Amino acid sequence: MSDALTPTPPVEPPPPTEQDGVADELAEASAFDEALNLGAAEPEVTPEAEEDNRWREAAREILSGRLAVAFGAVILAFLVGSLLIVFTNSNVQAAMGGDGNFFSAAGSAIIDAYDALIRGSIWNWQGRNFNAQILPLTRTLRHATPLIAAGLGVAVTFKAGLFNIGGRGQMIFGAIGSGWLAFGLRDAGIPFPLHLLICIIGGMLAGALWGALAGFLKAKTGAHEVIVTIMLNFVAYHLLQYLLATPGLMQDPARFDPITPPIPGSARLPALYSDLNWGFVISLLLVAACWWLLNRSTAGFAFRAVGENPRAAKVAGINVARTTVIVFAVSGALIGFAGAHQVLDPASPGGFGDTIDGGIGFDAITVALLGGSSPVGVLFAGILFGAFRAGGVPMQAQVGVPAEIATIIQILIVMFIAAPPLVRAIFRLPQPSQAAKAKKDARKTQKTITKAARLTAKNNEEVVSE
Amino acid sequence: MRLELRGITKRFGTFVANDAIDLVVESGQIHCILGENGAGKSTLMNCLYGLYRAEEGEILLDGVPQRFAGPGDAMAAGIGMVHQHFMLVPVFTVAENVMLGNENTLGGGLLDMAAARTRVTEIGDQLGFHVDPDTRIEDLPVGVQQRVEIIKVLSRDAQVLVFDEPTSVLTPQETDELMAILKQLRNEGKAIIFISHKLREVRELADKITVIRRGKVVGEALPTSTNAELASMMVGRDVILTVTKDAPKITSNRLEVTDLVVTADDGAVLVDKVSFTVKGGEVLCVAGVDGNGQSELANALLGLEGQVTGSIVLNGAELTGKNPRKMLDAGIGFIPADRNEDGLVGSFTIAENLMLNRSNGLPFAKGGVLQLGFRDQFAAEKIVEYDVRTEGINQEVSRLSGGNAQKVIVAREMSKDLSLLVAAQPTRGVDVGSIEFIHKRIIEERDAGIPVIVVSTELDEVVGLADRIMVMYRGAAVGIVPADTPRDILGLMMAGIAPENQEGAPA
Repeated sequence: MSDALTPTPPVEPPPPTEQDGVADELAEASAFDEALNLGAAEPEVTPEAEEDNRWREAAREILSGRLAVAFGAVILAFLVGSLLIVFTNSNVQAAMGGDGNFFSAAGSAIIDAYDALIRGSIWNWQGRNFNAQILPLTRTLRHATPLIAAGLGVAVTFKAGLFNIGGRGQMIFGAIGSGWLAFGLRDAGIPFPLHLLICIIGGMLAGALWGALAGFLKAKTGAHEVIVTIMLNFVAYHLLQYLLATPGLMQDPARFDPITPPIPGSARLPALYSDLNWGFVISLLLVAACWWLLNRSTAGFAFRAVGENPRAAKVAGINVARTTVIVFAVSGALIGFAGAHQVLDPASPGGFGDTIDGGIGFDAITVALLGGSSPVGVLFAGILFGAFRAGGVPMQAQVGVPAEIATIIQILIVMFIAAPPLVRAIFRLPQPSQAAKAKKDARKTQKTITKAARLTAKNNEEVVSE
Repeated sequence: MRLELRGITKRFGTFVANDAIDLVVESGQIHCILGENGAGKSTLMNCLYGLYRAEEGEILLDGVPQRFAGPGDAMAAGIGMVHQHFMLVPVFTVAENVMLGNENTLGGGLLDMAAARTRVTEIGDQLGFHVDPDTRIEDLPVGVQQRVEIIKVLSRDAQVLVFDEPTSVLTPQETDELMAILKQLRNEGKAIIFISHKLREVRELADKITVIRRGKVVGEALPTSTNAELASMMVGRDVILTVTKDAPKITSNRLEVTDLVVTADDGAVLVDKVSFTVKGGEVLCVAGVDGNGQSELANALLGLEGQVTGSIVLNGAELTGKNPRKMLDAGIGFIPADRNEDGLVGSFTIAENLMLNRSNGLPFAKGGVLQLGFRDQFAAEKIVEYDVRTEGINQEVSRLSGGNAQKVIVAREMSKDLSLLVAAQPTRGVDVGSIEFIHKRIIEERDAGIPVIVVSTELDEVVGLADRIMVMYRGAAVGIVPADTPRDILGLMMAGIAPENQEGAPA
């Protein structure tokens, strides 16, 4: 504090420790740290000690970060799920009635159920050959594809401080857009990859349009986006029903039930391996694109600024209303791809009906939450939820465990994720340390400053030599 | 009641916020605790009030050691606190707020409203002011809300009263009234702890002054000490309290504002036909009690207000009705009054905040792509140049102290080519050291030949910075006067009385 006002020469690094600035902030922030009795003195004397500390910090960061909490939440959810499996199992119920050993019955019920879940979603070791063994994993990734895309869509709105509950409607629009282009252009003679591309882009544009409408209503009228998107879900759903029930619009002329004509082969996503199609690769590209958009582009900078503090964003010259519309358009496009994937997926032949969204529009919200709204997080969360979708049905079919238990486990995961302190307490994970993060920052800055200093010094030399 | 703190030590991780602090407060005394922001004053009071638990040390009341697990215990022991940000329920009435947490009930769980009303009136009468117990808090001016807080504390028979920066939200008149109340409470035998970094108030009120710096008691001072003595104790070196500046060198730059009217959505006139000209090279200070249209005037200059008529002409270019982006591109530097709400994105890093309003083009972005290398180098240079005390350019600004956060805004706004600088409350909640720095930077901009507008409710700041002073009252300009206008005239102007109508004032 003593030299707060002496203008420091521009190249001299600021004192790295003992800063008054941190004082009052730490005072407020660390009440919890204090409660857990963390942050003992860490004197850094020798280089070895410094190295040691760095490892400890690294370990601590991983443990205290979101990843550890997510992992803990998954384990907890499976534990609670085990209880549900035990109490819904008929052998266990019989054992409780005195007919056999309770513990062995419970144990085998749990093992059977999770064994079936894994065989249905990751690796089937009972398969006759490699193709049969790997089939569950390809199914998981196939289910994950639309979840990842739609999850990214919801995550983008979260980053901008908005809630998109309209995944269902935007998926339906994506399906309408791509479906219409798929069978509408069937006889136009457009060759395979081009027709597919038109359908995918058409689906994303249709989703973007439906998303942007929600954004526009919010920006123009101040209507709350949660209400608007929920209502637009109904509008989209009933519009689809109308289209499906009206001959000449989207109903298959050869049929009487509300279903579209079959999707032609020229518009189908090509298979990648077994049940998996190239849509998964596209979803990986979307993950990368979203990461770039949010972290490297000016648009993403505006999204995040509006999301964190719309007033400051406005003062900084960012058009909040326009940003809202763009965010919803981007979100709708991503979710629109999920809709297009469901229509163009080669594993579901024929046309589609009014259940085309398959609940993915809502699962996308939980995927985005579980993934912490980060694109990479959404990727893993989407794969996890894809595994539940792939493994839930075999679990019921083979060992008689209700498929609902898979759904309950998914929901429990999200609930535990939403309560990090609970997960931390159960697994005794350390609190995220502000000090550790600050120290890392300090090192980084020191480097940048040294670099800047060197540049300035070089410039000065040049000036002098001239 | 005699309050004694012995060796209070409070650590946050490796950071020692309070280091073996000893303090004795006698009844019938106003004990001022003076220190910069972040010196540890609030932490100490939170330890006393049971919000924090100190690692070491003890709290004694009349020689009896106390253990407070929470504010409830502290209140029960006779310690009351008036927080800087009031802890009142806006939609409750005065009486309801006073009884909240301490309700008297009649039979059947009914609230004894009559008793609460009587209590409010009694305490008010005792202190010589009247507060209507049935008014809702949100309908009361800030000064009166503070009195409700005082009544609330007194209604629980507090013997030790803690006031945490109580004057930061008050007008000069309200401050004077509060001081009178504090003196009366002292004379009634209460022990009062008054926390502040404002030297003038501390000197006027204190019976005893304890100065805290970096978590330690650096000494006691007498109320007869000079401002300079107190300031240097507080900061730890000599501080120049007055702004040094040369006579203005007027340039050809001009901001001309004519008949500016800002209307709220509900039709209320917030700025009422204000006209003024600021020449390049001079500082026009806009003074007035908070809430008299100054903020709206400043906001209108950046295009943040919706309904604006009149004209804003900067160097011949008409700017009325332009959006903030266009205003910024026209070279307006803007320091908003509420830095956390309007000036910074708390969860963004320092580097990101330094480019917050420049993400639209070069040099921070090229073709829609952020130039991270440039951003980081820029930030690294600016935190050195503007002396931002931080652990790094990637530190979140929400973790900076007020003064350092404000320096981030100052660095952002002043490191581009400006044609006009509008600074609203540039030093609100900022420590003494940073105030000096920010004032110097503002004067540097003035000396660079651009028009500068400073909106401030701090009279010291207004008088120190201004070449001319415009006083606003209820949205209108009461008058524009030279910087050496006596303070009593300015004070009356702030109450809406133009200098020509003031009796006995020099014409």
